[in-house]
Amino acid sequence: MSDAPLLDVRGLGISFLIGGGSVHATQDVSFAVQPGERVGIVGESGCGKTITGLSLLGLLPAATTRVVGQAMFEGENLVGLPLSRMRHVRGRKISMIFQEPMSALDPVFTIGQQIGETIRTHFKVDKKQARERAIEALASVGIPSPARVHDSYPHQLSGGMRQRAMIAIALVCEPRLLIADEPTTALDVTIQAQIIDLLLDLSARQGTALLFITHDLGVIAETCTRMITMYAGQVVEDAPVDSALVRPRHPYTSGLLRSLPRLSARGAMLPSIAGRVPTLRDMPTGCRFAERCAHRQEACAAPQAIEQEGAHQVRCWRQGELVLPGALTDREAAA
Amino acid sequence: MTAPIVSVDELRIRFPTQDRRETVKAVDGVSFDVMPGETFGIIGESGSGKSTLGRAVVCLLKPTEGQVRLGGIDPYSLPSAELRRRRRAFQIIFQDPNAALNPRMSVIDSIREPLDIIGEGSRDSRTRIAREMLERVGLRPEFGQRYPHELSGGQKQRINIARVLTVRPSVIVCDEVVAALDVSIRADILNLFAELQREFGLTYLFITHDLGVVSHVSSRIAVMYLGKFMEMGPADEIAERPLHPYTQALLSAEPIPLPSSMRATRRIILQGEIPSPTNPPSGCRFRTRCPHAQAVCASEMPAWREAAPGRFVACHFAGEATGHPIDPTTTQEATA
Repeated sequence: MSDAPLLDVRGLGISFLIGGGSVHATQDVSFAVQPGERVGIVGESGCGKTITGLSLLGLLPAATTRVVGQAMFEGENLVGLPLSRMRHVRGRKISMIFQEPMSALDPVFTIGQQIGETIRTHFKVDKKQARERAIEALASVGIPSPARVHDSYPHQLSGGMRQRAMIAIALVCEPRLLIADEPTTALDVTIQAQIIDLLLDLSARQGTALLFITHDLGVIAETCTRMITMYAGQVVEDAPVDSALVRPRHPYTSGLLRSLPRLSARGAMLPSIAGRVPTLRDMPTGCRFAERCAHRQEACAAPQAIEQEGAHQVRCWRQGELVLPGALTDREAAA
Repeated sequence: MTAPIVSVDELRIRFPTQDRRETVKAVDGVSFDVMPGETFGIIGESGSGKSTLGRAVVCLLKPTEGQVRLGGIDPYSLPSAELRRRRRAFQIIFQDPNAALNPRMSVIDSIREPLDIIGEGSRDSRTRIAREMLERVGLRPEFGQRYPHELSGGQKQRINIARVLTVRPSVIVCDEVVAALDVSIRADILNLFAELQREFGLTYLFITHDLGVVSHVSSRIAVMYLGKFMEMGPADEIAERPLHPYTQALLSAEPIPLPSSMRATRRIILQGEIPSPTNPPSGCRFRTRCPHAQAVCASEMPAWREAAPGRFVACHFAGEATGHPIDPTTTQEATA
């Protein structure tokens, strides 16, 4: 693609300052999001996917974190962007929604006041116009009786309705990029299906790019076109979703996909990834996954670079020789 | 034929709302049997009453109407000392492994606590049992001296499993026990449950909203909606040939990690949300969200009937609506 990416993250690293020293939470994270593209970041708790999202909007506490590298968005580097500039980006150009709509919404303001705040920060409108626009936004996310919800407080809404209201706030200014951090994890599966449908529809209608952070591989498969796998603070694989699901190139991606219950006969042992993620304090210098990897060899003790092969970028020197199973059952893979 | 170890008969559990003006019908007429050694899965969305049902099975909630018989006996007919003695055989593990552990107790003290309460044997023998169970759930002995905040979610859930094992239960109600865990940890814990079942001959009631989990572990599944069972039967048949439109919608809503070319073409997206259990819809409770609802669904409550051997359903159009017409001659799966 010759078009410039909407978001171009290069060598992003986040450290936490702890007791006079510091630990690297993420290192050398690079990826790009094209305009309107839907990209998923997948990984287990603690792999650094949420803080990567937060760092893009400057939402990490400045006193205890240090962010290096760059994240170019519309010609500006979001890393180290002064607050006065960042204010024009947040909510207007890039929005974020979170897992727990109850803790992301302010309990003492009505939904309408919270949408109105966003609208009036970015546009010169009076109260009446802001109200109309807010009600319109609530209607566009499929909230029945939007005028009533406009004047409701968060606690008066169900979990699904709160998440819809969050999405309405996030999308009211038609941002170019929406960062969605586990937006459906707290919801029931039938409500999750509604929210996924809504996000896909809004993304298509407004041309909003999506950066979908989740541990749910099914959600990634249904929403995204590209999947970035993170492990212990690094990107280990970046590939088109369909290709990564059928033939992952990194043993960790493969391990995640194989541990899903649907692939094993009922009652059979589920394959799992033995061992645990190394702690931030004693991160191995070589491959971070090596200790848990069934394909480990001596050369894995050396630092691993992320390299391109075909449509995949993979942080594993054996990617060319390993043939790893993906998310298909044996029967599906044979077909 | 063996007798069921858990037998639930027309169970109803109601709570008054906070202002005491209305009644929440959390469980509204549910019947099922669980056989010894079986894993019985209960699936439903939040507000379906599945957790209330689980609590009633282990005598944490008293039925408003109907009965739960444990090992053939109605526990509420027993004198309280006898009930106390018997209820150790029926244990429950909850979703949030943090909330279930006392942050100020060391791991070994937490594991030993149920035995301390029962007052069985000497303190030393109780500690020894607790250590054995700690090891049995796959944790090294030094974990005994740690505190919950030093453990990961998966480790904490292992401790909760060890705790209930100390009293040698015969039935364990597992209420969303893997919902808070990462996928690979989830696989480990599900494997541990399976091993323990073989080793101790345990019976599980597996309550979850996760279809992938429930159909992997269960031999039979019940689908619950707004206080009632919609459908019940062998796990593989329910997954492959659902008879109730709600089951079908649940199956179709589950996001499946398959490439786009291999996913089912049409997804059923249910409109709206689960109605309030204080005032459930007339007739069939699912009718307000059912894509196949007709006039009769509002006027008549569908009967809970055995559509084929071992397959129960409550729907006027069972099978027809889901495209899996009932043929009583072909559905002959054993139920246990």
